[in-house]
Amino acid sequence: MVVGVLALQGSFNEHIAALRRLGVKGVEVRKAEQLQDVSSLIIPGGESTTMAKLAEFHNLFPALRNFVKMGKPVWGTCAGLIFLADKVVGQKSGGQELIGGLDCTVHRNFFGSQIQSFEADLEIPNLASIEGGQGTCRGVFIRAPAVLEAGPGVEVLAVYPVPPDSNLVDPLIESQEGEKKVIVALKQGNLLGTAFHPELTADSRWHTFFLKMASEIEEGASNSIVTIEGSQPTLDQLERIDLPIFQ
Amino acid sequence: MSGTGVVAVYGNGSALTEAKKSTFSVKVGLAQMLRGGVIMDVVNAEQARIAEEAGACAVMALERVPADIRAQGGVARMSDPQLIKEIKQSVTIPVMAKARIGHFVEAQILEALGIDYVDESEVLTLADEENHINKHNFRIPFVCGCRNLGEALRRIREGAAMIRTKGEAGTGNVVEAVRHVRSVMGDIRVLRNMDDDEVFTFAKKIAAPYDLVMQTKQLGRLPVVQFAAGGVATPADAALMMQLGCDGVFVGSGIFKSGDPAKRARAIVQAVTHYSDPQVLADVSCGLGEAMVGLNLDSKVERFASRSE
Repeated sequence: MVVGVLALQGSFNEHIAALRRLGVKGVEVRKAEQLQDVSSLIIPGGESTTMAKLAEFHNLFPALRNFVKMGKPVWGTCAGLIFLADKVVGQKSGGQELIGGLDCTVHRNFFGSQIQSFEADLEIPNLASIEGGQGTCRGVFIRAPAVLEAGPGVEVLAVYPVPPDSNLVDPLIESQEGEKKVIVALKQGNLLGTAFHPELTADSRWHTFFLKMASEIEEGASNSIVTIEGSQPTLDQLERIDLPIFQ
Repeated sequence: MSGTGVVAVYGNGSALTEAKKSTFSVKVGLAQMLRGGVIMDVVNAEQARIAEEAGACAVMALERVPADIRAQGGVARMSDPQLIKEIKQSVTIPVMAKARIGHFVEAQILEALGIDYVDESEVLTLADEENHINKHNFRIPFVCGCRNLGEALRRIREGAAMIRTKGEAGTGNVVEAVRHVRSVMGDIRVLRNMDDDEVFTFAKKIAAPYDLVMQTKQLGRLPVVQFAAGGVATPADAALMMQLGCDGVFVGSGIFKSGDPAKRARAIVQAVTHYSDPQVLADVSCGLGEAMVGLNLDSKVERFASRSE
């Protein structure tokens, strides 16, 4: 199974390194035709406007939308989550193009600018029941988005309490105590979205979760894609050295 | 994870009871999100919008681009906070701003403005000829310039969460940036093949902290994100820096001192993404209009890069 990582800009090296630690080959995807060679796709963190502009310059959006429509597994982290959302608020003037598919409303930069960026432990009962390990995972939120509203077909995997100093209007989930929470991880069919960056931590459960999701979908499909190994080596395939993982 | 070799794990990995802001990992994290992107110098909100539309991953808010600082002379300081605020309001991408080397109060002001990154820059006039800012004291992350490995690691020890080459800003001449990135990469290659016993003396020779030298040796790269800066003026320059091993590119005077800034900005963004694809590079380099004039680095040109160690 070859996993594609959209390599327009952002933390695609980190995702490929995380996959490599699991013994899975991740390939960089920069052009529409490269999507035909991958069976699933990760859209990494980065600047969503930059990635949208680059995708637009090279006419990638039709191919990406088609990839999602074909029911192939796609995981978006941070900027990738914005890409997958059906509706986004807080965009740059003029908006940006989206892939869509996840029935939810995402607020870009919900948690504010870099000075409000943070890391925190998240409760992940659903994920831990499948992948084992601790009941929490480290979430690194960098100028992060959040999901304000999700449709009925969406499975919520993690929530985070809204900072009390946040002046944002009524985020939409209320827990029993009345404390306001936003969704930061969710799944709908073949699509997975996280507002934080599992690729920046040593916890690989989100990656294994996505790979399992991908293999389930592939088994179900009659025309599961045969991957071709040994394609021409380019500069991209030279040995890449990763940044350290901070914890 | 220590068994996997290239992965260094910091701290004991204990659980967080409450959210931690501005940890070093969060500071480095933003730089990691900028990888494969172009950071552009802008002097007003209108230019910032052009940069955003062209696909810049961040903008650097300035009063004067380095080429004008060179031409006009005088003391170059932090930009007017009003200008930085206007630029911040006009775009959704991260906004950076420059503070003078050693001027920690300018950095405090920039932190209060809530910008995303501070560039402690040799392009501005020095405020302290001996000391850099102690960047550990700030919640906001810093990027600093370097000419070689020792300088890069000294800045990281002072708390810089991102490194760029110094190059020679405002010249449109990429030769110094190439020299600096070759120097850093060359030293790392030497270090990787070095016996562990020799690292102590090597650290002393390059005047860098031993632990960071050792970490660099283990990783085989700088432990933070490394961008190229100083003299990048064409898509080919940008792709050259990427192929030499940089994680991204700063473009200063090269864009808004050229004939068609919007087109050139867009071409440089595409060149950084497709840096290893000469076909795309050829396509995007066509018909960009006039490049900035540029300076040959003879002995009369002031070297900003040698202002600090």
